[in-house]
Amino acid sequence: MRPVIRFLEDKLIERIITEARDILCKLGVEIHNKDILSVLSDYGAMVNLDKYHVFFTEDIIDMALQTIPESFKLFDVLGNKTHNFSKQNVYFTPGSAALNILDSKTKKIRRPTTNDYINYTKVISQLENIASQSTAFIPADVHEKVSDSYRLYLSLLFCEKPVITGTFTIESFNVMKDFQLAIRGTKDELKEKPLTIFSCCPTSPLKWSDVTSQNTVDCALYSIPIEFISMPLSGFIAPVTLVGTLIQHTAETLSGIVISQLSNPGTPVLYGGSPSIFDIRYETTPMGAVETQMIDCAYNEIGKYLGIPTQAYISLSDSKQLDAQAGLESSMGATLAVLSGINNISGPGMLDFESCQSLEKLILDNEICGMVLRLIKGIKPKEDFPAIPRFQELLAEKHLLISKHTRRYLKEEQYFPGPVIDRANRDRWQEDGGLSLYNRAFGEVERLINEYKPSRLSSGIKKELRKLMENEAKRYGMEKLPSYNKVK
Amino acid sequence: MDILNKISENLQDGNIEMVSELTKQAIKEKIPPKEILDNGLIDGMNIIGEKFKIHEIFIPDVLLAAKSMYAGMNELKPLLIKAGIPAIGKIVIGTIQGDLHDIGKNLVAIMLKGAGFEVIDLGNDVPPEKFIETAKRENADVIGMSALLTTTMTAMKKVIDLLKEQGLSDKIKVIIGGAPTSEEFARQIGADAYCYDAASAVECVKGLIATESK
Repeated sequence: MRPVIRFLEDKLIERIITEARDILCKLGVEIHNKDILSVLSDYGAMVNLDKYHVFFTEDIIDMALQTIPESFKLFDVLGNKTHNFSKQNVYFTPGSAALNILDSKTKKIRRPTTNDYINYTKVISQLENIASQSTAFIPADVHEKVSDSYRLYLSLLFCEKPVITGTFTIESFNVMKDFQLAIRGTKDELKEKPLTIFSCCPTSPLKWSDVTSQNTVDCALYSIPIEFISMPLSGFIAPVTLVGTLIQHTAETLSGIVISQLSNPGTPVLYGGSPSIFDIRYETTPMGAVETQMIDCAYNEIGKYLGIPTQAYISLSDSKQLDAQAGLESSMGATLAVLSGINNISGPGMLDFESCQSLEKLILDNEICGMVLRLIKGIKPKEDFPAIPRFQELLAEKHLLISKHTRRYLKEEQYFPGPVIDRANRDRWQEDGGLSLYNRAFGEVERLINEYKPSRLSSGIKKELRKLMENEAKRYGMEKLPSYNKVK
Repeated sequence: MDILNKISENLQDGNIEMVSELTKQAIKEKIPPKEILDNGLIDGMNIIGEKFKIHEIFIPDVLLAAKSMYAGMNELKPLLIKAGIPAIGKIVIGTIQGDLHDIGKNLVAIMLKGAGFEVIDLGNDVPPEKFIETAKRENADVIGMSALLTTTMTAMKKVIDLLKEQGLSDKIKVIIGGAPTSEEFARQIGADAYCYDAASAVECVKGLIATESK
């Protein structure tokens, strides 16, 4: 039995959806994009172009919900299937778009560089419990207008895993789409084997900017999967109650679904988000708060009720260092996320309200992911019945260390974490240097960087990616891309 | 592939029968027994030991490899004895008097047997005199004692004192282990070594016997 938790009864889910639809039809949404408003108008929505305001209709919402796929797959740069977002399948991905990284040596935050990003791709390539990469932070050594496309370029160049990403401008989409066409060959191939998911974010409350709504349309036209990231803040720009926040999240996410499905019916979508409570004492948005995580799990249930795969920013921490708070918030989130069946779980590596990535934390989080992925495999009998023969063997041999049964099931039954999780007795731990968790994680980061093997993407495609990136950079006056340490 | 490599690889995979067969074949091919031992069986066990140390493989793999080693050794033994190559070593092991906890001690015994030692397991609640008598009678190289209780660990000293009294300290080495013991405690009572787990106990006994034979 796969263990599952629920927070909402179906009746409550239905009521939340009804209220959200009511808001969309009676209060409407602001969309700062005249093309989209005109499409919505064609479908019968009441539009006030001057105020960028649209009142949806029940029919439009139903139409969108009918065409949205109930599952979709992702493929790596080589075209191998890595994800099947369906039912209760869960996958982890690093938290994305941090402004800072936690410097491994000084443990202080700083703006990341190209070399930092490449080190990240080397590490994430080898973390087996984190199925995709994300464009986890923003290199600061390129023009800000290309900082979104440049991180995707580096990701595609150095790591084979599919990428969770997004654009900061309307213009960037073009080259970010071209990278993917260069890898897949054609638009149809890209549709057949999606390589990336783009995050598209409404602005709470009930608003879409020109950039994010246009990104939604652009992704839809290329059948690039979208994850909608609605971010209501309970008690600030959303009702303080968790149910009230869920109503707002549902309304904002449904509005994105309508934009995507009217633009191209069948566009794959993750019912995602990054809502949070608002900690009025510090004016912050704690991602590690239990209430934030409850909202995530609950909207995932709403998404699933609507038949849509889901996403959440949930296995991350607000701590500033890799400390006990970082571990507890990340593992509580990861545990709740897998038990809820959130399909794409974002967060590993992330600290400080989604603003700081840490490679050392990624190493720890990879182990948290490994443990919770084991957790949801549940407890199943494996040649355990009848029990007497096994116990006869135990009583005769005095132990089962080399029993066939042990050998067959040891690695299936038990997850063996890497050295960052200390399970040695005190003397052995002491003999191994008596290292703190941070130092063990630091050692693992160094090891993975040294043991990295380059992406098997063909050198022809790599060259093409470079050419595309160089041309994009030139548009913003960058004659040369930053140089980086030689990759083995 | 060279037959000795094949022996080493099959040993690492725990293919007991293959190791036995290949050893027979190597003997038939007139490869010197010492060479089969060193470059086949021991070579395989060394690789297993390294992999175990870095957690690439686990205790069951080590024990299976060890069983394969036995299988090969069974074929080689008569020839090695003929050539005057001594057995690897004998150890008397037990949980000290007053203490009934023996899981850790059992694991040490399993691992030592796995590594090719002859192990005489006296069980738990073993009086100091019994350790000494058995070690003398069996001509053992090492006595291994374990304790889980702080109240019983003091009895370990008695064994060491008895060895000293009887002038056996140079001949029979003592290792100790168990949760309340430590490197420092071992020093205090005059034990030759302290081991914090079963895997390190194997290395430790090997080391003690190597020093002894010098």
